[in-house]
Amino acid sequence: MPNRLETYFARLERTRVWKSIFRSGTGSSTLHNALAIQQNLFLHLFSTKVRKRMVSLSATWYLGTLTLGTFFILVGTGVVLMLYYHPSVPQAYSDVKDLRFVVSSGLFLRNLHRWSAHAMVFLAFAHMFRVFYRGAYRAPREFNWVVGVILLLVTLLLSYTGYLLPWDQLAFWAITVGTNISSAVPLVGDKIRFLLLGGHQVNANALLRFYVLHTVILPLSAVLFLAVHFWRIRKDGGLYVRQSEPGNAENPAQPASEEKKQS
Amino acid sequence: MTPPRDFTAEVGSDMRVSQRRVLFVTRRTSSQVRAYEEERVQTFPEVLIRALLAVECLFLGLVLMSLFFNAPLEGIANPTNTPNPAKAPWYFLGLQEMLHYFPPVVAGVIIPGLLVVSLIVIPYFDINIEAQGLFLKNRTQRLRWSMILSVALIVFLAVFDVYVALVPTAIVALFLLLAAFSSPQSPSRFRSYLAQRPVSWWIMTWFLFQLIVLTAVGTFFRGPGWSWVLPWRS
Ligand code: HEM
Repeated sequence: MPNRLETYFARLERTRVWKSIFRSGTGSSTLHNALAIQQNLFLHLFSTKVRKRMVSLSATWYLGTLTLGTFFILVGTGVVLMLYYHPSVPQAYSDVKDLRFVVSSGLFLRNLHRWSAHAMVFLAFAHMFRVFYRGAYRAPREFNWVVGVILLLVTLLLSYTGYLLPWDQLAFWAITVGTNISSAVPLVGDKIRFLLLGGHQVNANALLRFYVLHTVILPLSAVLFLAVHFWRIRKDGGLYVRQSEPGNAENPAQPASEEKKQS
Repeated sequence: MTPPRDFTAEVGSDMRVSQRRVLFVTRRTSSQVRAYEEERVQTFPEVLIRALLAVECLFLGLVLMSLFFNAPLEGIANPTNTPNPAKAPWYFLGLQEMLHYFPPVVAGVIIPGLLVVSLIVIPYFDINIEAQGLFLKNRTQRLRWSMILSVALIVFLAVFDVYVALVPTAIVALFLLLAAFSSPQSPSRFRSYLAQRPVSWWIMTWFLFQLIVLTAVGTFFRGPGWSWVLPWRS
């Protein structure tokens, strides 16, 4: 009964409480739709209108959006996982084992977090190459590309610090291989490694440090740089449109009349 | 029974803002902006709904995957028992492959450092702005230089026995050669496409190709002592 639902929703929108929360008011006019974006703390990072061409799948393949989607899934599953996990040796390992065999849906929760993490790394790379091949890094978007590179590094570090947390053989040796490399940095290598691990080898201190990085410092940095990333898209004039690019037969500049005919 | 009311009151923060357009007429002339209307859509609801739908499809896929495939969990960490091979996560296996050929300073510090720096400076290079086919100008000179660089790289990789990286490099060099002898008017669509690729495209594609090959080799074809194995024979 879509009609019934619609009237309920319309009534809800007219309540005093609703109006006190959403500053954009009621209605579905263009103005209201614009205000729904512009008057919202989180959504106002985006512009109220976008070029229709940019909404089509072929432009961005939605790769940035999907990367953001995996990030949300990871925050959601990650917070729940934190309820079952103690970052200490050997408790960490038995907690993860309990997730598998004792906690209801624990196995599913951990699987979802793990596969989403792999997906996020893959999607961030894919998004970067897509942006490159569209030429969307050119002025005035240079700095947003740099913000993107920072986001890629944060994504890699998030995934890497999470890798240690199960405290199994796979985790321990992957981090051992990785952190051994940091001691190859000339002069300060061993100091960097000591700082990272809180000791001379991967031990309980390292687990705690990686846990803090993984659950607090890196997610906060990701949120910070994501905010800059999205704000810059709006400030840089929305998503990049290829129109004057030479030799670009697949997406030539279209006069408005022609474009209307297509849609 | 509701008592009859002779008025209704409504409280709202519904500001009706009238939009104005301000036009400045300056004395200076400036270049004409190409005026054509590009069709626009509202972010809310059109874009947000589509984004939500895309994310939902992704979520569905990940949920299905999580139902059917379990995340690995091995025995508890044991510092005295080194597994062979000890592998980094898949996205670092390209670097671990390099570690097999070069000293740690090169594979673990210089190469990743160079990669990050090159990624950052991409938008600040003017050569990218033209986005013109590499060989459409100064053809002989550019052909000579690109071949000298390719051969130098191939020789370097051969000296260090890095055949995993050498083969993709050689393949890209062959396509470079093909591009140099193709024109945008070529009847073959592929050759016309190649002829119009700028230098930045060639470098990035070479990098992407290496990334895929090295990551795949590290993930599937490396076994004990980092020796070659076949994934279907274990
Ligand atoms: C955590 C990782 C990231 C997230 C969540 C993210 C998110 C997004 C989103 C949602 C967009 C809108 C267009 C689209 O969906 O493709 C976008 C655009 C963009 N991203 Fe990212 N991004 C990430 C990483 C990167 C990386 C690694 C780079 C490049 C090094 C990058 C560079 C850009 C640029 C230049 C744009 C503007 C593209 C245009 O104007 O067409 N981003 N990003």
